[in-house]
Amino acid sequence: MIGADLGILIPEIVLSLYALGGLLVAVYISGDRLAGTLTQVTAALFVVMALYIGVTPDGTRDAFGGMVIDDGFARFAKIMILLSTAAVLLISQDFMAKSDLLRFEYPMLIALATVGMMMMVSSGDLIVLYMGLELQSLSLYVIAALRRESVRSTEAGLKYFILGALSSGLLLYGASLVYGYAGTTLFSGIIAAAGDGKVELGLLFGLVFLLAGLAFKVSAAPFHMWTPDVYEGAPTPVTAVFATAPKVAAMVLFARVVHDAFGGVVGDWQQVVAFLAVGSMFLGAIAAIGQTDIKRLMAYSSISHMGFALMGLSAGTEQGVSAMLIYMAIYVTMNIGTFAFILSMEKDGRHVTGISSLNNFALKEPMKALALLILMFSLAGVPPLVGFFGKYAVLLAAVDAGLVWLAVAGVIASVIGAFYYLRIVYFMYFGTNEDGLDGQMNVLPWVGLMASAGIMLLGVLNLFGIDGLAQAAAATLIR
Amino acid sequence: MDFLLSIVTFLPLTAALILVAGLRGDDAAAQVNAKRLALAATVSTFFISLFVLLEFDPGDTGFQLVEEREWLLGLTYKIGVDGISILFVLLTTFLMPLVIAACWDVTHRVKEYMIALLVLETLMIGVFVALDLVLFYLFFEAGLIPMFLIIGIWGGKNRIYASFKFFLYTFLGSVLMLVAMVAMYVDAGTTDIPTLLNHRFDAEPINLFGWQIAGGSQMFLWLAFFASFAVKMPMWPVHTWLPDAHVQAPTAGSVVLAAILLKMGGYGFLRFSLPMFPIASDIMAPMVLWFSVIAIVYTSLVAMVQEDMKKLIAYSSVAHMGFVTMGIFAANQQGVDGAIFQMISHGFISGALFLCVGVIYDRMHTRDIDAYGGLVTRMPAYAAVFMLFTLANVGLPGTSGFVGEFLTLIGVFQVSTWIGVLAATGVILSAGYALWLYRRVVFGDLIKESLKSITDMTMRERAIFAPLIVMTLLLGVYPSLVIEVVGPSVKALLTQYDTALAAHPPHDAVAASH
Repeated sequence: MIGADLGILIPEIVLSLYALGGLLVAVYISGDRLAGTLTQVTAALFVVMALYIGVTPDGTRDAFGGMVIDDGFARFAKIMILLSTAAVLLISQDFMAKSDLLRFEYPMLIALATVGMMMMVSSGDLIVLYMGLELQSLSLYVIAALRRESVRSTEAGLKYFILGALSSGLLLYGASLVYGYAGTTLFSGIIAAAGDGKVELGLLFGLVFLLAGLAFKVSAAPFHMWTPDVYEGAPTPVTAVFATAPKVAAMVLFARVVHDAFGGVVGDWQQVVAFLAVGSMFLGAIAAIGQTDIKRLMAYSSISHMGFALMGLSAGTEQGVSAMLIYMAIYVTMNIGTFAFILSMEKDGRHVTGISSLNNFALKEPMKALALLILMFSLAGVPPLVGFFGKYAVLLAAVDAGLVWLAVAGVIASVIGAFYYLRIVYFMYFGTNEDGLDGQMNVLPWVGLMASAGIMLLGVLNLFGIDGLAQAAAATLIR
Repeated sequence: MDFLLSIVTFLPLTAALILVAGLRGDDAAAQVNAKRLALAATVSTFFISLFVLLEFDPGDTGFQLVEEREWLLGLTYKIGVDGISILFVLLTTFLMPLVIAACWDVTHRVKEYMIALLVLETLMIGVFVALDLVLFYLFFEAGLIPMFLIIGIWGGKNRIYASFKFFLYTFLGSVLMLVAMVAMYVDAGTTDIPTLLNHRFDAEPINLFGWQIAGGSQMFLWLAFFASFAVKMPMWPVHTWLPDAHVQAPTAGSVVLAAILLKMGGYGFLRFSLPMFPIASDIMAPMVLWFSVIAIVYTSLVAMVQEDMKKLIAYSSVAHMGFVTMGIFAANQQGVDGAIFQMISHGFISGALFLCVGVIYDRMHTRDIDAYGGLVTRMPAYAAVFMLFTLANVGLPGTSGFVGEFLTLIGVFQVSTWIGVLAATGVILSAGYALWLYRRVVFGDLIKESLKSITDMTMRERAIFAPLIVMTLLLGVYPSLVIEVVGPSVKALLTQYDTALAAHPPHDAVAASH
């Protein structure tokens, strides 16, 4: 049986061996020279693994007595994680080389973090959940401080580490309470203990602590405090990583815990998730207004977007989970494009992140400005861009579950949030000052930006079928 | 032709995409080419849209030329026209070539300007032909993007403030409508507009925190739609974005805004509020009628004291839209016919008036009324054209402005004499501000030094006004052109409305029984 169990985990095993082997080889032959190649190889390996997972036959398989679950839901999330990480690696390689950050540890740590994320979305047990989460987090703590000589970067890494450790503590405490009251760490056991609406008080406490720990990982208000500082302090490519795959992994894990382990007591967590959603949407929308740094702005924007994804989740239905998956897929695509642009923001040979440096950008670079305009309106959720359909899906799920107040709060927050996206457009198009960005964009970031904007525009035709896939994936989670 | 409506809708967008593909290069030749392409696209759109009119059978009150296709997230791409919407489509396709021609002298970022206008045309036509809730919302809301850019990039001195105000104001109004649409989908299980027209939304009173809400869930849906359409119309007291947007927008932007974008609100009331939420409409009609009267009287008075020509015309637009909402919520044949007629006619007249301002603004670069005077001596042709549209705006019999106002007034007199009397004073007030504006700008002695060398209208400008003059006079003397197309559909709508009201006990009785 062990063979069958390991067979389910082939992508994770391959990636782990690759990361460990790569580290060893690179250390012995002083591999910073190889860093560029390693980055590309890692990205290629991610794509191959995504394809491998994509052709895995349908159906739900358990490994190690249900501790690892390989279902359509996990596969959808894994493909999303692998592809987005590969894209981020590719768009950022050039930036890394230019700013002397191209070290071999970077792709290897990303590979390890990705293994962690894949474990998270597949976890069927609290211990596996924690292992995946920590593997991901520890790798990310290190790469947040990748720029060793920079105070900002090390501060970001330290901040992330301390607050991350705190949240892991909360999560572990919750897990121990759940174990104490359910008598098992397996999700399948917990749902039996907490089924049919009868849930013991201790178990409820455990659930709330678990949710708090997870909310930290998705950076939902009021557990969002680390996000802006870490986003701003970390090197921009690392910020791009933070904004994409880990968010997907954490959100999917969130869905997995609330449905696989606590699916019988939706009423007990719905309120909590709805509260997190409202808080995040409004905080993200309001706090971003005053930002002058585009990385901080994207941090608040991601908080707000997590609020919308949580709105879908709070419906507690299959439709809600599918809306969340659609929302996350769209969110990740938009963020890759936006960060591809941010990576290329340069003035006098130096990387700048001030929003005002976008002044009059549309006159100099009409195509790129148009692409960013499309992304901004898509982030704001204005139709006909694809960002709107993500919002529409979660609104539909929320109203269908009777959470009309949440939907109303969400759309009002989205109007407030529209302001700061418009401000970026305002700088690009309405500015009069001639003093702005002057850097050139390399091929891969350019492709990333244009592809992302193109998807946002052309997705109006059929969303590239992502809605059907998400629905099928959600159906395997809610049984 | 199975795809006739799709072609009309997406032809301008196709031209815009061609322009996007060649976005680099901004020399004079490229600019002229961009303008020519835009003009060719809009003119051909207009001619193709005439085929829609030919294929259309006014006697059939259902939706015609319907196209339906699977779309995403369980929605359908469904478009079609009926008697209410077809004329708005034609109004749009008719005006857009004139708008493009009117900005022939623009030299700043011409390609982007043409792209924005072409995209806007597709979106505006889309609003009027959409037969799926979300498709409608998509077109309705997407129009904000090009309009935001048109005001923000090519606008006047205070354009940034105006563009943000325009965007956020109208965005806030319409997102509530989105929630209502989602709720309708959940309730009825479809986003198909023809099906929803026959769906009875629950109107049983709801008890909310001890408050008795008459009209129940219909009322909430009605209010959400009202928030969107009232802002778009714009109705008093949510009209304040309009003067700002109008004043700052470039001429083409003002024309599109006044002539077409404002009509989306009125169209929305006719397509959604009245037929889908009849009970709530009936309950709220008095409020809307009073708001309309206040709009007519108050904004007419405000218009009188304006120093800026565009602002004056903007306030006059708000007043004229007051007649429209009044006619719609009078909910009888004359009222609704008149409201649609008024919208079409206002499309020509207000568009022409903004073009008139544009003509002298292009020469003098000021919109201050005080900066002009005595133009008739140097610009006789201009004076004649401006006179015609001023009188049409006042509602002189023989011009299209008269018919709309007269019909809506007849309609509202049947509902409430008081409202009718007060609204009729608006006609007098409009004569006051419009003629006074005309006197100050055109008559008097030509004493201002800067005006001594002003030239009369060029051939291009005359050519732009010619079709507008023809339409204004034609509809003024032969209103049946519009009424015959609109009438049967309006009649069907009102029959359905009255049936729904009859099937439901009057709200007074319901309130009394509790």
